[in-house]
Amino acid sequence: MADQATFVDDTMGFMPSLYSAALRMTRNPADAEDLVQETYLKAYRAYASFQQGTNLKAWLYRILTNSYINTYRARRRRPEESDVEDVEDLYLFHRLSALELSSSGRSAEEEALERFTDDEVKAAIESLPEAFRIAVLLADVEGFSYKEIAEITEVPIGTVMSRIHRGRRALQKALGSYGLERGLVEAHPS
Amino acid sequence: MGEDGVVASDGGLGGSSQVGGAAGAAPADCEETVRRLYYFLDGALTAERRTAIRSHLDSCGDCFEALGFETELRRVIADHCREHVPTALKDRIADAIRREADGADGAGGPGGRPTAGAEQA
Repeated sequence: MADQATFVDDTMGFMPSLYSAALRMTRNPADAEDLVQETYLKAYRAYASFQQGTNLKAWLYRILTNSYINTYRARRRRPEESDVEDVEDLYLFHRLSALELSSSGRSAEEEALERFTDDEVKAAIESLPEAFRIAVLLADVEGFSYKEIAEITEVPIGTVMSRIHRGRRALQKALGSYGLERGLVEAHPS
Repeated sequence: MGEDGVVASDGGLGGSSQVGGAAGAAPADCEETVRRLYYFLDGALTAERRTAIRSHLDSCGDCFEALGFETELRRVIADHCREHVPTALKDRIADAIRREADGADGAGGPGGRPTAGAEQA
């Protein structure tokens, strides 16, 4: 049993990552703030039922994800059912490797990655359909395991794996298209 | 329902050892390494496949570079997604929790008091 009296101390450290995830989910700061506040209030109210010693971060993310889906899907009325297109493995790697860049001991592809801006990376993530966006965020930004993500999002682990893998490839394609506009990326793989 | 050689199938840990069996200790090639790169990076392979792919990576420069790239891409994405929490939001949440606590303790209800937090001082 967790004690409500220690709630603030126990959970405040997770606010930056919850807020970052909320921003990528809602795609705007006002909604992200509301979502994080709603998450903390719900968590506070339910804290007595949280099993001390289990994964607090995953528990908070589960509340965040559920709140997001309930609030924003309801608001949108029509659930976002769109899929991502199939993208081949190593999509971005193959399109960056044709570039000639001054090398400083690192590979040219890795150096090219550094040229993407904050806005481009965020926009690429935000371009993914909801289910893929959430799966990739939880895996690659927050570092949750497949099993944890299955518990947070309440979907079977096979679906989680498929969403993460396909979402990552779709993200590479989206990044690639920004890179192409700025001449950072080759149109055809080398 | 998991893929052959992948630990994280629906059955949880129970399903792990037998799925690796089919692939056995066969050496990994470029095709398998690329196809399973995400599983490898996510730590979701059986011990046999993990070892097989690791030894392929030790001897194949192209696959090794691809692994480095995917690792770096993940880091870059995570780095670009770190945001600062607005101070106003932290305050708002602290206030909301304090009001909630007061409402539960006393007769006040969730209406909130203008001097929330006085008892903390």
